[in-house]
Amino acid sequence: MKKLRFVPVVLAALVIVALVWRLAHPPDTDVQSAMVGKAVPAFVAPAALPGNAALSSANLADGRPKLVNFFASWCVPCVGEAPVLAMLEQQGVPIVGIAVRDRPADLRQFLSDNGDPFARIGSDPESRVQLAFGSAGVPETFVVDGRGIIRLQHIGPIEPGDVQDLIQAVKEAK
Amino acid sequence: MKPLLLMLALTFASPALADSSLPPAYWANRQLSDAQKEAQAQALMEEIRCLVCQGQSIADSDAELAGDMRDLVRRRIEAGEKPSAIRSWLIQRYGAWITFMPPSEPTTWPLWLAPFALLVAGAFVARARLKRRAAP
Repeated sequence: MKKLRFVPVVLAALVIVALVWRLAHPPDTDVQSAMVGKAVPAFVAPAALPGNAALSSANLADGRPKLVNFFASWCVPCVGEAPVLAMLEQQGVPIVGIAVRDRPADLRQFLSDNGDPFARIGSDPESRVQLAFGSAGVPETFVVDGRGIIRLQHIGPIEPGDVQDLIQAVKEAK
Repeated sequence: MKPLLLMLALTFASPALADSSLPPAYWANRQLSDAQKEAQAQALMEEIRCLVCQGQSIADSDAELAGDMRDLVRRRIEAGEKPSAIRSWLIQRYGAWITFMPPSEPTTWPLWLAPFALLVAGAFVARARLKRRAAP
């Protein structure tokens, strides 16, 4: 029985070690979508800018692989991502946008400040399309293949270093 | 001069908000008129994890996305959808992580068995102690 006396001390030490380890290695808070590998959920998003092209799930199964970019004028990292999206568009990658919880006036200002690489922009005022994609924030980008299957999810802003990988993913998504 | 400038700058600084300028979704902070449906919605909302404040349920979270998720839950329940169907819709998108009531499957068995295992272990410890006390 005497041997067991140190068990609580050892247990407490283990708990402390675990806590310190967790502090030093914070968990990854990114939420991975479980929709990768599945078909784009059916949706119809009205045009985010009056008079421009709207976006629906049918547009995402038109035979051409695409990037679907969830963004917003109120999202600061989206400003940083804009030049990289422009770079992708120049290299021939079709990009469509979902403007999450945005107003036309704010969006117009954002696009004139940061450039407009989008072939279509759908409006998502209540995050419904975002939730349907299994996305948890802005910016997030999905690679959708020509048949409308989600192939890849990129969480957070696209950095210049991600461009080649994304171009490759779009090529492979044919 | 410098401290004064700094103070002025701080006084007029506004926080960088990571929120949109749109008002909350219709059902985000509004109860359903049917009390039974509202109770169903409330129970489900307390069980669904907020995607932003990940330790909170969408019923507790002030995040905008949580408001949009409450809107989704109430709108679908109002339309007659079953809570279990809404739960599986969300699990299909975010995995079982999205609910605080993880489904019973092989990977979660230890989680469900742990309380009973601890209880049994506690009973053994208590028995050993009581025995020792009974026979000095």
